[in-house]
Amino acid sequence: MGTLDRVRADPRLKWAGVALIAVALLALPFVLAMAGTAWVRITNLAILFVLLSLGLNIVVGFAGLLDLGYIAFYAVGAYVYALLASPHFGLHLPWWAILPIGAAVACTFGVILGAPTLRLRGDYLAIVTLGFGEIIRIFLNNLSEPFNLTNGPKGIATIDPIHVLGVDFSSATRIGDYALTGTMKYYYFLLAVLLVVIVVNLRLQDSRIGRAWEAIREDEMAARSMGIDTVRMKLLAFAMGASFGGVAGGMFSAIQGFISPESFILTESVMVLSMVVLGGMGNIWGVVLGAVLLSFVPEILRYTVEPAQRMLFGRSLIDPEVIRMLLFGLAMVVMMLFRPAGLLPSAVRKRELSTGRDDGDGA
Amino acid sequence: MVNGLTLGCVYAVVALGYTMVYGIVQLINFAHGEVVMIGCMVAFSVIVALAPTGLPPAVIVGAGIAAAVPACMAVGYVIERVAYRPLRAAPRLAPLITAIGVSIVLQHLALLVWSRNIIAFPQIIELRLFHFGTSETSAAISNVQLAIIGTSIAMMAGLVTLVYRTKLGIAMRATSQNPQVAGLMGIDVNRVISATFLIGAGLGAVAGAMVGTYYGVAHYQMGFLLGLKAFSAAVLGGIGNLAGAVLGGILMGLIEALGAGYVGDFTNVCLMDRFLPGFAEVCAASPESSLFGSNYKDVYAFIVLILVLVFRPSGLLGERVGDRA
Repeated sequence: MGTLDRVRADPRLKWAGVALIAVALLALPFVLAMAGTAWVRITNLAILFVLLSLGLNIVVGFAGLLDLGYIAFYAVGAYVYALLASPHFGLHLPWWAILPIGAAVACTFGVILGAPTLRLRGDYLAIVTLGFGEIIRIFLNNLSEPFNLTNGPKGIATIDPIHVLGVDFSSATRIGDYALTGTMKYYYFLLAVLLVVIVVNLRLQDSRIGRAWEAIREDEMAARSMGIDTVRMKLLAFAMGASFGGVAGGMFSAIQGFISPESFILTESVMVLSMVVLGGMGNIWGVVLGAVLLSFVPEILRYTVEPAQRMLFGRSLIDPEVIRMLLFGLAMVVMMLFRPAGLLPSAVRKRELSTGRDDGDGA
Repeated sequence: MVNGLTLGCVYAVVALGYTMVYGIVQLINFAHGEVVMIGCMVAFSVIVALAPTGLPPAVIVGAGIAAAVPACMAVGYVIERVAYRPLRAAPRLAPLITAIGVSIVLQHLALLVWSRNIIAFPQIIELRLFHFGTSETSAAISNVQLAIIGTSIAMMAGLVTLVYRTKLGIAMRATSQNPQVAGLMGIDVNRVISATFLIGAGLGAVAGAMVGTYYGVAHYQMGFLLGLKAFSAAVLGGIGNLAGAVLGGILMGLIEALGAGYVGDFTNVCLMDRFLPGFAEVCAASPESSLFGSNYKDVYAFIVLILVLVFRPSGLLGERVGDRA
């Protein structure tokens, strides 16, 4: 840590570090493209997961409310985008109009779910959110008749891509003699959104609201006696987390061009939760790290485990997908047992999770 | 109605597992649904292995259950030892997260062992119907349903005797009231908690085997929905309360069975047309379709859960639980 502290202390070194990271992030898609276009795509999905994890981190990490149906808000955002920008209803609104609508609708759902349940104990909240996630999925699956709202399990296809200043993000553009593929353009778009979301999160954490959440997480009764309107604050955390999920969902829609209820199963909620847990609940950089790790490691496994098994046993014994899920499950158990505060623990959270108190936590 | 009652008995037995663990350690055992699934799968394997031997069906199913119970007890014990005991003093969030982790691990281990396909139970028990009336169309109950209801009632009675009549039961009740004081009174709290998990898992195993023989199918993800519904049942009856879990389970089964039928009829598009304009066309096109048909049967459990939590968080028979976060 010594070097890192020195770098932090010196503003010139600090900015040099930031510039270095920025250059690395800007150059990343070109490096990855050499390894294969699939990797740029995987990176895009990883950024989406970072966005989702940051949204869930507001709920779980900042306010200490366990939400197991977070993917429902992602689904709502995705479907709002798909319905307003696809031939399904013949609507083709621009993305900058839809993303806020998606965020607002997801936020409304968050409030609808949160208002009755946030007065309850934390473990009830977990199970109700779990049920809510399933309800949304069942509705998406079945709202194809008598009125065809969601097109049922078939999903919605040919969703409009994002256009910025007349540039279509779905196809390649030539700049000079260099071709910029659609996936690469989305990478930069996502990177820009991610930057905004991280800044918002950092500012939020240190704001009056952020401190109120922290107080609620640490000891709800004490927080209430200090004059914090706990139900309102928890509802706010829920609504904000939901809107971030909605925005991420909208972009998922635009990038994929096709969505169906299949994409929003419980497993996805669990995956996002394990990203938050692995990285360190409440620590923004930890969550980013957790999401990046859990997005890439399974993909790397996919490319290594399968051939390795074929080499050793002559056939594929264990599906990489199963390994991935086993990994997620084990990661959650092992992390909670040995490093409950995550890989990069937030200072406060670390203190709280290691004191071993039984009462007064916000969970 | 009979279907609902049968289903309700299964839910009640699973709900007992949730409620017992919750009563003692105040922890939602998210992995309980997976324990039920493992019970179902083990019973399936044994039944398939014994089916060609020509033994009487009741013996085969009995052997399946006899194998599933110790298997699930072992799983339950390991879960408690590995994932919950070290975290007993930790904040609430930690064991909840390990519980979810454990349930994912169990699901995918089951996937590895029993494949990702829906597996069909061999039809070894000949289905016989007993009619309540004299005509062929009157309500009927099958021998399998009777066996399930009978087994469930026997198990519930056994559990009540255990909790209220034996030394272990007294120790369990003492621990649930106050673990520290129970420890001071010479009760080995860890052993009592392990015993609770063992009993809960054993009940789950029998429930799993019953679900398997009733529906005739099993799937590695079946535990999730079953667990969720049973948990809703436990909450409906008042979590931590044995009688509440039984009542909640049976109500939940009835709600699901009757709800799917009646809500579908009630929201039929042609009926809706009389109250709301705009449904006439749909009614003319497909008079059978309804707004909320049986596709939504899984939703009712959650709606009940949310309603109970909003209006009566302590459940129908529950004592008041602290409402602190």
